[in-house]
Amino acid sequence: METLNPAAQFGRAAIALLAEIGAISLFALRGAFAWVSGPFYTREFISAAIRIGFNSLPVVGLTAVFTGAALALNIYDGSARFNAETFLPQILAVSIVRELGPGFAALMVAGRSSSGMAAELGAMRVSDQIDAMSTLAVDPFKFLISPRILATTIMLPFIVLVADLIGILGGWAVAVYALGFEGATYIRNIDSFLTTEDVTSGLIKAGVFGFLISVMGCYYGYKSRGGAQGVGGATRSAVVASAVAILASNYIMTSLFVDF
Amino acid sequence: MSEETPKISVRGLRKSFGEKEVLCGVDFDLQKGNSLVVIGGSGTGKSVLLKCILGLITPDAGEILIDGINILKLPPFERTRKTRQIGMLFQGAALFDSLKVWENIAFRLIYGDRKSSASARAAALERLAQVGLPPEVANLSPAELSGGMQKRVALARAIAAEPKILFFDEPTTGLDPITADVINRLIVDRVKAVGASAISITHDMVSARKIADEIAMLHKGRIIWRGPADEINSSGNPYVDQFVNGRAEGPIKMALKNA
Repeated sequence: METLNPAAQFGRAAIALLAEIGAISLFALRGAFAWVSGPFYTREFISAAIRIGFNSLPVVGLTAVFTGAALALNIYDGSARFNAETFLPQILAVSIVRELGPGFAALMVAGRSSSGMAAELGAMRVSDQIDAMSTLAVDPFKFLISPRILATTIMLPFIVLVADLIGILGGWAVAVYALGFEGATYIRNIDSFLTTEDVTSGLIKAGVFGFLISVMGCYYGYKSRGGAQGVGGATRSAVVASAVAILASNYIMTSLFVDF
Repeated sequence: MSEETPKISVRGLRKSFGEKEVLCGVDFDLQKGNSLVVIGGSGTGKSVLLKCILGLITPDAGEILIDGINILKLPPFERTRKTRQIGMLFQGAALFDSLKVWENIAFRLIYGDRKSSASARAAALERLAQVGLPPEVANLSPAELSGGMQKRVALARAIAAEPKILFFDEPTTGLDPITADVINRLIVDRVKAVGASAISITHDMVSARKIADEIAMLHKGRIIWRGPADEINSSGNPYVDQFVNGRAEGPIKMALKNA
């Protein structure tokens, strides 16, 4: 009968959630520092950095240009109601650099790389390749997990920097060609308005997002069980957990950054 | 039994997954240079036993001694150093599908022992020849190989670093009888050549008779019989008789759920 008690059910779910967060935290710590005692697998790190960083650029760039373009229209329309259209470049730039650039880029990379890591490691797990690696005197945390976590954490700020530029460019195109802004003034306004903190706060967020994305992808892949279905479940969990972690940590970091 | 310290001793090994007790007190010794085959139905804990010794699963109770030292009491670093001398052939071959055949065989040499790529490749080609595969195979990817060839490559990978102990998990399952015989011969041949001690788990009696010096039967998480391979037909144990002769009727009722 206990199972029908809503309080007991809620309690059990809460305990399970806490246990999962604890397990993920321990996994993240081990994954982030396993390489310290050596060896560091440079080739794995570089190949992960190219796969996650460089290969994500097209999709992140497309997302950024359309986000910037749509944002320009919305800001123009909204701010026209109190005759503040001239501030469009500044509002757009702050929104992109502090919030939308890191957020959208991270969500796109989560969809692309977190799922990819979970599927790849999951397939290796269920076909015994991870166990085989241990029996060949290579620590899977050093060979598989650390390179992916480090590569994603380091690459995401660079991806976000590109997303910021392309996003502002998308807004610029709409502002100049559809809304009648003067191109050089648009750029000059942004340049004199944006502070270093605006940009760096976004890049710090990006590093944290990169860490979370790779930890979720690796954790759910590494722990997956039970054949194709298990790998499918791991992929789904990795993407959902990454997205939730990105949005939750985004709020926490924003509340810290806007206070300084 | 000789005075020598056994290569591996297992004492009172227990492991449960949730409610289900898979190993309920396993005891055995493996002498140096001996080949022990553990037989038993599906889901009797054979794989769990090997994974406990390898350190991939932590047992609930019991001792695992390698060269007389209880590895469960060792700190992780020392323990890994002990288990490093074990090579394993996995049931599904478990080749790294992102790497070429020669990189699979040389994996331990390159990434574990940090040997140069050229010397590791030379060693890999030598191993490839020892398992009867031509050098052209070296640059293929594992997915391009047949099941039997994958097993051979996996065997070459397991013996690449000349381990002192070799584990074989269902080495012939899923292979045709001729390929299975090739693998059996390679196992006997390579174990002798490397001078290793071996534990194999299988339910293929043809394979068991070929590669075993001794056979032990695992049933319901315990070793219920053990003896020289040539006495397996006259064990006098009804469980062993039923299994060896493959009869549906007898004291063993097959478990429905996998361990």
